[in-house]
Amino acid sequence: MTGPSVAPLLQMLLAQTRCEILMRWRVPAFSVTNLVLPIVFFVFFGLPVAHLTRGDGVSLGAYLLASFGAYAVGNVMVYGFGIGVANERGMKVDRLLRASPLPPLVFMLAKVLTALVFSLVALSLLIGFGIVVGGVKQPAAVWATVIARLLAGSLPFIGLGFWIGYWSGPNAAPAVANLIYLPLSFASGLFVPLNQLPDFVRAIAPYLPSYHYAQLAWSALGAGKEPLRESLLWLAGYSALFLTLAVRAYRREERAKFA
Amino acid sequence: MTPVVELVGARKRFGDVEAVRGVDLTIAEGEMVALLGPNGAGKTTSIGLMLGLRRPTDGQARLFGHDPADRRARSRCGVMLQESGTTGVLTVRELVDLFRAYYPSPLPTERAIALAGLEPKAGARAWTLSGGERQRLYFALAVCGDPEALFLDEPTVGMDVETRRAVLESIRALSAGGKTIVLTTHYLEEADQLARRIIVIDHGVVIADATPRDIKARIPSKRVSFRAGAPLSDAIFQGLAVQSLEVAGLRVRLLSHEPERVLKTLFERGVTVEDLEVTGADLEEAFLSLTARR
Repeated sequence: MTGPSVAPLLQMLLAQTRCEILMRWRVPAFSVTNLVLPIVFFVFFGLPVAHLTRGDGVSLGAYLLASFGAYAVGNVMVYGFGIGVANERGMKVDRLLRASPLPPLVFMLAKVLTALVFSLVALSLLIGFGIVVGGVKQPAAVWATVIARLLAGSLPFIGLGFWIGYWSGPNAAPAVANLIYLPLSFASGLFVPLNQLPDFVRAIAPYLPSYHYAQLAWSALGAGKEPLRESLLWLAGYSALFLTLAVRAYRREERAKFA
Repeated sequence: MTPVVELVGARKRFGDVEAVRGVDLTIAEGEMVALLGPNGAGKTTSIGLMLGLRRPTDGQARLFGHDPADRRARSRCGVMLQESGTTGVLTVRELVDLFRAYYPSPLPTERAIALAGLEPKAGARAWTLSGGERQRLYFALAVCGDPEALFLDEPTVGMDVETRRAVLESIRALSAGGKTIVLTTHYLEEADQLARRIIVIDHGVVIADATPRDIKARIPSKRVSFRAGAPLSDAIFQGLAVQSLEVAGLRVRLLSHEPERVLKTLFERGVTVEDLEVTGADLEEAFLSLTARR
């Protein structure tokens, strides 16, 4: 035999990622909700108060952009993986891929890259909207830090999404994702600042993954409530938990289908 | 030379059901093999074992001398499965392009699409395809990597006559070009048209492994039924190539692989025949007679 005996993994990864992006883009239920919804929320909750300054001297507009930014990235991850994976299982895409030379890890990595691309677009649109329409001002380096931290810290939500995707069926996945992710975001102060929420919500917020995730962005503006290291520890813990659950659900499915 | 497929004492149990009960077979490079058997015979499970989609409960499976799940082995195989799906929002061309990227030296995209006869639908999204077109898409995905071996599980199911003819023609051409081809079917006719070797599987075991000619001689392919003009004695069927003979009063039903000769002899023996019907035998009942004879 002449030539290489297997295709280069990078070539597979690029082709797979390209198709994943096309797939997501062409499903408006996904692309619109993920790219437009955070902006709509900002229009309702953020725009009227964007010009105000918080007690700690941080622009309220920037604070709310950071909050909805955290919501937006988690949204892409939880819905993209949760509903995406559950749907593909429903359509039995996995059977054909399983017999192909594509390694499962490359398949998943392509999904992660796709979600990061969509997250970057969602953040850019949201922050761009805040700057242009809301007149929110921050140094470019601060925005860059907010974006970089939100992308890098999204691992727990990748795990949560994969878990929902492998654990629930294609019909249940959207409901499960909503039931978990919306209350989580709300209770973490992403829609309405925590000091305006009921006491019991404020009591549980510091135990939620999205609370610590948003701290990454808030602290970039100088409005953080805990040291960066503490946020990262919490997120690492939640990543470990959700990824373990995701791997278990994945393995269970593997055993049932391919053992 | 390393065989393409090796199953050694392969068994597969699903809960209480043993779908494959000790299969030994070797498929060499360039062979064109049909796995023939009725529904539920264990054909799909056997293909699954060959491809590493299923792990044998007992025994061994090798693909190009590797573990079947090994990427080096998978990269030499193109696969068409039953009950698999694909992403509907991508177009035929995009999907073929994607699958090409999985293989080291694929065919040009348009060539793969042409082999499946899908040129007019190349720009169509997969969810808009009809059942037959979708089968052709899967065929294009199987061949686009220009693999050495093709595994086709019931490739013509759901295809209309025209599509079926075109796809069988492509398979024949690929085989003539030196590809190893393993396909499953429950049509004896299809196995006969394509394969140079037919492996008959029933109830999870290989009950015959021979040339189409030999298999046809052993499997009664036609059902003959008629009403005799007068009561018949068993002796009248003496020496005829007849399996599973049922005589109920004047009503006669029999299975045979050469109904013309049977009828000719019966006429010569003075049997009068009314309401004659010769139909293709149901493979399942044909197999019953084959297993019963063993």
